Parts: sequence; structure tokens; C-alpha cells
Amino acid sequence: MKHRTGTGKKSRFWSLCKRDWMLLAIIALPVIYYIIYKYIPMIGVLMAFQNVPRRGSFFSIFTNPWIGLENFTRFFNSPFFFRLIRNTFLLSLYSILWSFPIPIIFALMLNEVRVKKYQRTVQTISYMPYFISIVVAVGIVVNFLNPQDGIINQVLLRLGLDSINFIQDPRYFRTIYITSGIWQTYGYSAILYIAAISCIDQQLYEAARIDGASRLQQVRHITFPSIIPTIIILLILSLGNLLNVGFEKVLLLYSPSTYSVADVISTYVYRVGIVDTDFGFGTAVGMFNSIVNFAFIIIFNKIARSVSGISLW
Amino acid sequence: MKIKQNSSDRIFSLFIYISITIVALISLYPFIYVFSMSISDPRSAASGQVFFFPVGLSGMAYERVFMNSNIWRSFYNSFWITGIGTTFMIAFTVMAAYPLSRPKFFARKFFTAMFVFTMFFWGGLIPFFQVVKSTQLYGSRWALVLPYLVETWNLIICRTFFQSLPESLFESGKIDGASDFKLMTKIALPLSKQILAVLALYYGISNWNGWFAAILFLPDSKMHPLQVFLKRVLTEAQSADAMMSYANIGTSGMLSLMQVKYAIIIVASVPIIALYPFVQKYFEKGVMIGSLKG
Repeated sequence: MKHRTGTGKKSRFWSLCKRDWMLLAIIALPVIYYIIYKYIPMIGVLMAFQNVPRRGSFFSIFTNPWIGLENFTRFFNSPFFFRLIRNTFLLSLYSILWSFPIPIIFALMLNEVRVKKYQRTVQTISYMPYFISIVVAVGIVVNFLNPQDGIINQVLLRLGLDSINFIQDPRYFRTIYITSGIWQTYGYSAILYIAAISCIDQQLYEAARIDGASRLQQVRHITFPSIIPTIIILLILSLGNLLNVGFEKVLLLYSPSTYSVADVISTYVYRVGIVDTDFGFGTAVGMFNSIVNFAFIIIFNKIARSVSGISLW
Repeated sequence: MKIKQNSSDRIFSLFIYISITIVALISLYPFIYVFSMSISDPRSAASGQVFFFPVGLSGMAYERVFMNSNIWRSFYNSFWITGIGTTFMIAFTVMAAYPLSRPKFFARKFFTAMFVFTMFFWGGLIPFFQVVKSTQLYGSRWALVLPYLVETWNLIICRTFFQSLPESLFESGKIDGASDFKLMTKIALPLSKQILAVLALYYGISNWNGWFAAILFLPDSKMHPLQVFLKRVLTEAQSADAMMSYANIGTSGMLSLMQVKYAIIIVASVPIIALYPFVQKYFEKGVMIGSLKG
């Protein structure tokens, strides 16, 4: 029962606050968290337009000199600009090209394993690599590829070939990055497809069997088409993230000898903005990254909607 | 109903089973190799005789690992961060999700929009770094907890779960005069074991495996969690030498650095592996709740 002292919007608001005051109290702490650590940093984007002193605190944002787009022009004119864009774009594009189809194929194949216990076992094994930390995963990769003791080079030596210093060689960086990424994530990515496949109406398969369809035909004409909507949505999400390449992994895998291929925008932001404490410049580069990222999501959503009628919104 | 398979189906089946088995082996092999190397006899390991199964058995690599006091310290740091971090993160996520799940909460749409908006826009690494420093957390392990209290994706999963609880329970609670707070603690939470387990899993793994935040905010290596210690040993030459320098001359001189590194990898992954049975149960449910409804 509401006790209205007036009928204005303001008093209605306050009476609602009174009614739900406990829910407001419960949500208050998380809201404070969001404001401090998610919204206030958004204001920090202004640093991109300022000359930020290297030892400044966040509050220096109120007193820093404004330099307009100078940080951005500095970035566009930087000798690294083209390299960074190219590396980020290519690493991301090749990653998606190679690692997008594999969970789908795996899910389709796993679904054809009739012995349920074996199916469950393999699925569990498939997402085991996802749970080890990125440090452990890269540690395994780096040590397997070690030029003296790594198992890969031991096999090469046995075959009479020379050992290769994979990690320091820019020619192998992308392959290493993508392959280890596939190993680590294919099982986890497949879960969504497996879930979608399990929703398919079994009667479709019975009808196909009665019509004499082989298992392969059933997969091609029933299973695969049924998950196409899921595939498209996930594809849009992946492509929308095109410039959002795996920052932590690159940071762990790269070295100055592979910067020419491995240095991406986000690692550059880290080196320039955090390690070198050039906060204003680093913020500008990071902001550039975010804007382009956002543009990609919108573009790909539009393309997908006009091509297939399926989109994120 | 048993269907008779014709020959093309049988070939198909064979192909599937062989491929799937190969895939499973490829996924497993790195783990098997790392473990085998870590428990193999040093002479065999150093001379490259280990390819799949251990050759000879020896606990020397693990001895060396546990002799290093830095490992114990970083274990302690990891347990602190994971324990305290996960607890706080679950609490804040639930506190944010529950009110959003109440259909009659007047500010529901506003706060939902406020939270979801952050999934699309981020201030960027450097403003975030500045804010954390300005809130005096730099150099403290709390910097690995407080700035990361709520992961919005987990918040959505949690809200979806609360929304799936039957409204009739809440209504009868209201009729009995229960306050919103009591409704949450006496009705919603006792029924939420599933979602709490999923949150514990997601946040727990994220905290245990986390390393970058420590690099950003903890200059003192004594505070570093296990993964950072691991990173230094696995990829930096000087730390690796420090690990090996505990060696006495003699038989332990045969112990290769590679074996010690692999032993540390196993040790760092043991808690995750131990959790694995629980993972199976709750993990897939969590992904499905999140994606099919989110």
C-alpha cells in the first residue's frame, strides 16, 4: 500500500525508493564498485588529449595541459603505426580463419560418436587445456620448442635436421600462436555447438533414416544446417573482436626479436603507457583500438543482418 | 531401436572413431609428456629418452621445487588471492544480480543498462591503471581483488538464474511479511547452490590463473602469486639459474633445468586438475545458462 503525500513525479520516485529501499541497499555496493572501477576510468580517456606527466596521479586529469590530437598524430606518424595495425589485424584474422572452423568440425564429429561414455570422455579431455593458466600453456609451448632440450627439436635432431630456435624467429610466431590457441580453446568453444546440436529434433533423423540417408548425409543435411544460426552469431562476435587480439598471450610469447610480427596494438599500449609511463600517448593509442573495434562490430553486424537475417540485435 | 548399418556408414563410423581418438591424444599428449618428464630418472630425461612414458622414476625434480622457499610464498599468495578474491567476487556479483532479478524493482532497467553498458565500453588499460593507483591499492594484494569484483558476464548468468526461481515462492514469502533482504537470504540463496558453484568455479579459476594484474600492480616479488613465479622461472634465465643453484654437486648435478620446470608446471596445475571432477558437473551448465539465455 503506497502512502502518497503528493502526486508529483518527484514524490512518486521517493515513495518507490522507500518501497524498494532494501534492494537499493543491497545493490549499492556493487554500484559503487562499477562507478569507481568501470565508469571513472572512462573519464580517464580524456588523458588521450592531454600532456600527462609521467608521475601523475589520476587526479592530474583536472590540471594537465590540453594538446588536442597531438597524441594521435604522433601515433599515426610513428614508424610502428603500420606494423602494429598489420600485426594486430593479421594475427586476429588468421586466428579466426584457422580456429573458428575446428570446434564446429569437432562438435559435428563428436556428435557421431555413438558410445556415450566415450563421447563424454573425449569431450572432457578436449576442454582440459582450457583450464590451465596461460602462463602454464605458454610455458609448455616455449619449453617444447626450446632449441636445446625441447622435445620438438629433439625429434628434429633424431631425424638428422638442425634444431630451430622457434620462439625467437619471427617466421614461426603466428603459427605457434594460432596452433597453441587452437589446442587450448577448441574443446571449450565446441561446447556451445554441442549444446546446440543436442537441441535438434530427433525425429528429423528418424525420418532421414527411413528415407535411407547415410550417416554422412544426415550430418550434411540435418546436423550442420541446424547449427548455422549459432555459427553465424559466433562468427559475428569473433569478427567484431577482430582487433582485440589475445593480449596476455602475445605478451608472454613475444620478444624484441619477434616484435616485427608479434607486436600488436595492445602490447604496444602496455609498453608505451605502463612500462614507459607515457600515459597520455598510451591512452590515445588504446582509445584508437577501442574505436576501431567498435566500428568492426557494427559493420559486421550490418553485413550479417543483410546477408542472412541473423544479427546480434 | 537397432538400425542396421550399411558399409558406407561403417566406414564413416570408423573414420569418426579414429579421428576423435587422435584428437583426444593430441589434447592429452602435452600433459602426459610434461608429467612423465618430471618424474623420470634424470639421466634418461637429460639424454632425450623420454617421449611418452617416464623412463625410470625419480622425485628429484619435485624435491628441488619444494626446497625453494619462493614457491611456498607464492603458493600462499595465490591461496590468499583466490580465497579472498573469489569470496568477495561472488558476494558482489550476487548483490548486484539479485535486485536485478526482481521484476518489481523500480530501478531494474536503469541498473541493468548501467552494468551491461560496461561490456561494450572500457576506459582502457591506462585509465584503469591510474584509477587503481589513485585508490591507493598499488603494491597491495587487494589490487588483485577490488578492481575486479564483478565480471558483468557472470552477473548476467547469475541474474538469469535468480529469475528462474519460481515467483510463487517469493510471493508466499511476501505474504508472510518477509522483507526483501529476508527473501534473498532465506529463500533465494538456499536454492542457489548451483549458481554459486558456477560462480565459484569461474572466479576461482580466473583468480588462481591470473598473472597480469600482479605484474601491473605488485612491484614486490614477495607478493607475487604462483603464476608470476612460474612465468619468471619458465621464461627468464636468471630466475631459472636461481632455481638450479640450490643444487649440490654430485648426483643432483644431473638434474636438468627442463625437468624442474616441468615439475613446477605440474605443481602449479594440481589445484585445477583436482577440481576437474567438479568442473565437469557445473561448468557446462554455466556455459549453457549463460549463452542460451544471455
